[in-house]
Amino acid sequence: MDIPLLLLSSFIIAVTGLFFFIWSLRKGLLDPDAAGAKVIFSLGEIGRIEEPAATGAGQRELQRAMTASHGEPDATELQARLAADASSARPAFVLLGFAVFWLLVASLAGLTSSIKLHEPDWLTQYAWLSFGRIRTIHLNAVAYGWAPMAALGVALWMLPRLLKTTLEGARFAVWGAILWNIGLAIGVGCIAVGINDGMEWLEIPGQVGVLFAVGGAMIGLPLVFTLRRRKVEHLYVSVWYMGAALFWFPVLYIVAKLPNLHFGVEQATMNWWFGHNVLGLFYTPLSLAAVYYFLPKVIGRPIQSYNLSLIGFWCLAFFYGQVGGHHLVGGPVPEWLVTLSIVQSIMMIVPVVAFSLNQHLTMRGHFAALKHSPTLRFVVLGGMMYTLSSIQGSFEALRSVNTITHFTHFTVAHAHLGLYGFVTLVMFGAIYFAMPRIVSREWPYPKLIAAHFWLVAIGFAIYFVSLTTAGLLQGYAMVDASKPFMESVRVTLPWLEGRSIGGALMTLGHLVFATHFVLMALARGPKRSGAAILRPLARTA
Amino acid sequence: MENEIKLISGAMVTLAIATASLVVLPYLQLRHEPPTPGLKPYTEVQLRGRQEYIRQGCVYCHSQQPRDPSQAPDDKRGWGRPSVAGDYYYDRPHLLGTMRTGPDLLNIGARQPSADWQLGHLYQPRAYTPGSIMPAYPFLFEVKKEAAPGDKVVALPPQFAPAGGVVVATQEAQDLVAYLLSLDRTFPALAPLADASPASK
Ligand code: HEM
Ligand code: HEM
Repeated sequence: MDIPLLLLSSFIIAVTGLFFFIWSLRKGLLDPDAAGAKVIFSLGEIGRIEEPAATGAGQRELQRAMTASHGEPDATELQARLAADASSARPAFVLLGFAVFWLLVASLAGLTSSIKLHEPDWLTQYAWLSFGRIRTIHLNAVAYGWAPMAALGVALWMLPRLLKTTLEGARFAVWGAILWNIGLAIGVGCIAVGINDGMEWLEIPGQVGVLFAVGGAMIGLPLVFTLRRRKVEHLYVSVWYMGAALFWFPVLYIVAKLPNLHFGVEQATMNWWFGHNVLGLFYTPLSLAAVYYFLPKVIGRPIQSYNLSLIGFWCLAFFYGQVGGHHLVGGPVPEWLVTLSIVQSIMMIVPVVAFSLNQHLTMRGHFAALKHSPTLRFVVLGGMMYTLSSIQGSFEALRSVNTITHFTHFTVAHAHLGLYGFVTLVMFGAIYFAMPRIVSREWPYPKLIAAHFWLVAIGFAIYFVSLTTAGLLQGYAMVDASKPFMESVRVTLPWLEGRSIGGALMTLGHLVFATHFVLMALARGPKRSGAAILRPLARTA
Repeated sequence: MENEIKLISGAMVTLAIATASLVVLPYLQLRHEPPTPGLKPYTEVQLRGRQEYIRQGCVYCHSQQPRDPSQAPDDKRGWGRPSVAGDYYYDRPHLLGTMRTGPDLLNIGARQPSADWQLGHLYQPRAYTPGSIMPAYPFLFEVKKEAAPGDKVVALPPQFAPAGGVVVATQEAQDLVAYLLSLDRTFPALAPLADASPASK
């Protein structure tokens, strides 16, 4: 079997097929005025902002910055949106509450791991706090706690709005979330005491993972039920991303956890097929779905090119699945596999540019809106980090670059650029938008939103710059045979301390956010007249 | 429903292609790969130690996959020849790793064959490698007034030994060291399969 030839031909056939498929989907592919893009607005609503995270005055300023709106949105449609929001409030609230809890656990665990890397004799007497375990608790708390709970909560909340109907089967999602979180709590406990399946991203024992499979499926059920009742003709692009992600994840997890099947080096390829797909085919599409909804919604303008967004979707679906081999460059795995993954990593530039262009063209001329909208600040910054992390990732996959960066902190910096800079920031923005609608109350202290933003933005900048520097110094020292290995450790030390400082600021930001979230949920703090209530904005124009 | 069907079928086809290329093809290609001649199955003690390596999460800082000299000077650091698939014949789960916060360990048994060194290093890495940022693992040891018969006493440089007592290795620490000492792939690799070679040439 001549595998390289086989792969090359299947690659060419598949790319041709992909473009044919995209073409068949959209008859008016270059139609600039695609109806699909307008699905998220009701009749007469385009030109009108929606930003529940801003104060009443802030909303009026935002509307002014976007220039005046014409006419009033259709009242029955707004009524329908109120019903949509009411139907998703409970499951979204439960999921987001769990998300915030895991965010705090993860941040404290991450900060502890970070400090341990430059203070290796700190708290060594407790096994569960040793670096190998607390770092893994950090990873699992973000990977199975914060990121999916936030992304799924936001997805469930967006869904009835996108389909202009009410959420069907909310109960399943609530129980699914409870099962999932019981699983995660047990899983984290297992890691703490040292019971662990031994593969990165798949540490939680398979027996416990069953709860993820069942819980995840239950969280996905409302999607299926609600789709059947949709009242819109076009499925908005966010629905494509969400729908695919919800079907992809169970397949990934179940294949990865099949007992007694995977072995040796094959298991390593499977491990990174899973590892990168959980990023690329789960968190990324769910977060992109949020950007594609909130960005146009806040500024009241449809995305610039709807078709570009669909092309982006199918290219992502096609290329992203096969990039996992770039985690094994130079390893004892089949050469063709690494090459395939590098090629697909570079191909990923296509959907990334499609997305970035679209975001930029939609925002162009409206960047002033960032001043007035907390949601937009987080979402737009997050979207930019998506572009940066992905372009960085494509280059990081090249053999010449990977040789330097592969085994170093550079990879960890990239991981945070993606999962923090992109996914986490977008989720913060989405939560700021959704929560006022969920609890029908405004954020009590707008200043805390600003404090949260600046703490995490500055903290993360310090985190990323320090760790990237550490990684490069480490990588260059490691490929220089004239330097002893310990030199590659020594050069990183000041930068590892820098990471702890940045990480401490981020953690502080998360504490501010969580406090605000709890105050809001408990209806504490000053109550201001309802920007939270969806109604025609009088006195705009 | 047309859109939904396109969405789900398209999404499943793309994932199937990815799974075929990253999981199924490697499975078929590597299934019959024999162990590298000279590679021995792990003993029971070594397997227990391997489990300890997993429990403590050593893999997050140590890789087990020396690269080819044409790519990086891993061999000059004493980490060994580039590894091949057959070297991992008995490895379940795999522990290839993705970080080198510490050095590669695929041949640590050949590089540091002394059990005493390994035990002392686990108890306090900085006693042997100044400037190391590896955590100390005191919870894998017991400090006793004096050793009982059969105890494995850890020999430490005097300034790192606890005052008024001896450090005794637990069974877990001894298992872990047995595993570390078994990490030795210094025997030659088979000429790699034409299309299964590591990043060579
Ligand atoms: C075009 C898009 C991207 C490409 C081609 C890409 C490529 C890469 C490469 C080459 C590595 C390093 C592997 C190594 O040397 O060990 C990596 C690691 C990583 N990337 Fe990306 N990346 C992309 C986007 C993203 C995004 C959007 C995210 C987050 C959602 C992300 C999260 C991560 C994480 C978490 C790791 C570290 C995994 C680990 O070692 O545990 N990447 N990526
Ligand atoms: C919610 C936000 C965060 C997310 C989504 C996140 C995500 C991740 C991911 C995916 C990894 C694995 C990287 C890899 O294996 O290549 C990781 C590792 C790590 N993160 Fe975070 N992180 C977050 C916040 C933090 C914070 C606030 C700190 C505090 C300093 C931190 C410190 C660390 C450390 C020390 C590691 C281990 C790196 C290593 O193994 O060398 N993270 N994080």
